Amino acid sequence: MESIAMTRQQLDGDHMIVNLGPSHPTTHGTLRIILELEGETILKATPEIGYLHRGVEKLGENLSFQQFIPLTDRLNYCSSIMNNVGYACAVEKLLGIEIPKRAQQIRVLVSELARVADHIVCVGVNAVDIGAFTAFLYLFKQRETVYDLFEMAAGQRLHTSFTRIGGLFRDIPEGFVPLTERFLVECEAAIDECERLLTRNPIWHDRTKGIGAIGPEDAVNWGYTGPCLRAAGVPQDLRKAQPYLGYETYDFDIPVGTTGDVFDRYLVRVEEMRQSLRIIRQVLDRLEPGPVCVEDPKISLPPKEKVYTRMESLIHHFKLIMHGMEMPVGEVYSATEAANGELGFYIVSDGGKNPYRIRVRPPCLPIFSSFHDQVKGTLIADAVAVLGAMNIIAGELDR
Amino acid sequence: MIIEHIDAQLPGAITDRHAFRGDQTIVVPKASFLDLVDLLHREGFQLLVDITAVDWPERPESQDVGRFDVVYHWLNLASQERLRVKVAVADGEAMPTLTGRFKTADWFEREVFDLFGIRFEGHPNMKRLLTWDDFPGHALRKDFPLDGGDPFCMEGCTAPYNNGERA
Repeated sequence: MESIAMTRQQLDGDHMIVNLGPSHPTTHGTLRIILELEGETILKATPEIGYLHRGVEKLGENLSFQQFIPLTDRLNYCSSIMNNVGYACAVEKLLGIEIPKRAQQIRVLVSELARVADHIVCVGVNAVDIGAFTAFLYLFKQRETVYDLFEMAAGQRLHTSFTRIGGLFRDIPEGFVPLTERFLVECEAAIDECERLLTRNPIWHDRTKGIGAIGPEDAVNWGYTGPCLRAAGVPQDLRKAQPYLGYETYDFDIPVGTTGDVFDRYLVRVEEMRQSLRIIRQVLDRLEPGPVCVEDPKISLPPKEKVYTRMESLIHHFKLIMHGMEMPVGEVYSATEAANGELGFYIVSDGGKNPYRIRVRPPCLPIFSSFHDQVKGTLIADAVAVLGAMNIIAGELDR
Repeated sequence: MIIEHIDAQLPGAITDRHAFRGDQTIVVPKASFLDLVDLLHREGFQLLVDITAVDWPERPESQDVGRFDVVYHWLNLASQERLRVKVAVADGEAMPTLTGRFKTADWFEREVFDLFGIRFEGHPNMKRLLTWDDFPGHALRKDFPLDGGDPFCMEGCTAPYNNGERA
């Protein structure tokens, strides 16, 4: 409150304060940006965040390692499976275990599906904010298919909680693979349609080229990761640079932009969708049978039918639920390439049932912190375009 | 790699080190922290990935070990090497800001101030980031109650506001 009051005192009558958000169609979540305007030119943009702060890190300190998984769903809720995967990878790094081949492959499969869905939201909604409604409709049909696939696999569309420490909640069901194959064909066609509507569209060019441009040094200095960093010309992708889950065995390219503006971010995301489809196709080709969770009774829960029929399994179940896993003492930072950039989990363990400290490093917080620099001197309409291309998800921004 | 460089160029700066599960961690005293940051920046650690803190209220306060660890994660984009730097600070002690060198430090430092109450000296806008200005206490301290206590001060607040000063 004070920040606005002070600016209002300094106003000389020509400047105006406009609130963008916290509840505004283009903020997609509860973000508030205080814009100081001269005419329609932005002099100052002050983001105010925290409207969705619910203390995820504090809660994590009071939940066991397995119990934290549903909270990761609610970080980036557009691609919740990727958060599940990122968190499970971090705890597995702390435990020092390797998960079964099939679990790795299915994790890659669902992560890439989630990346496509997330980029669809970003590109589609960015276009809607700028005024191009049609592309959004073509793309969102595919997003529905992805969520149907998630529902098949995990039982839920958005809050999937699909991973467990040491593997997955369950194997993908029968019928998942043929439906994914059909999705690959249809999604490819939908991306083509979207590109026909936007990529060479002069209005789209006018609205996006040169808007929010950023150079590679600045992008790194602001802590950019993910598509926004790659659009600025830095070919940094953790799937290639620091491979996890066997990403080094897949054949895919990293699209890189040159100017870092909204148009380049759009192009990078569209190409990443195509590359993700390529990875999914390779996963489907090599998917091998086997267990989807480590068979270590000290880490993963025994199957239900054994719990009901065997004494040892019942004991393992009881011990895991009541006492939790035996965790080593130490600290790890594990990062995965989520749809928005580097999603990191820093876990400090004191050997107890719960993490001593769990830190989520959200990819969009550093990106959003550069908002003022990105929109200074532009028009309100451009601020909306930049905001959309940054793909700010309040769930992971505020935690 | 980088740790040998640090040992060579800032001898004695590292007071503790370990490499658990392949994560390189070094502990440095606050006095040599800024020199270390200069060195890291020169050596290519230009992406400041994260700043956070860990509260250890049980830890005995002595000359060089304070209540909090401020934890920095750096990434070298050229060599893909990661480095974790930890600096111990006591309750009420301030850290030097990195906003001059890394713009991304701005919000990360505000978040650490908000949730732990560690101030950063020289920060241009040392205000809370996630909670509101009048919020009583600092939520990620171990002595902050899990249910949030009385954040709206319905029963009259006794907790300190922003370390004693009201916004």
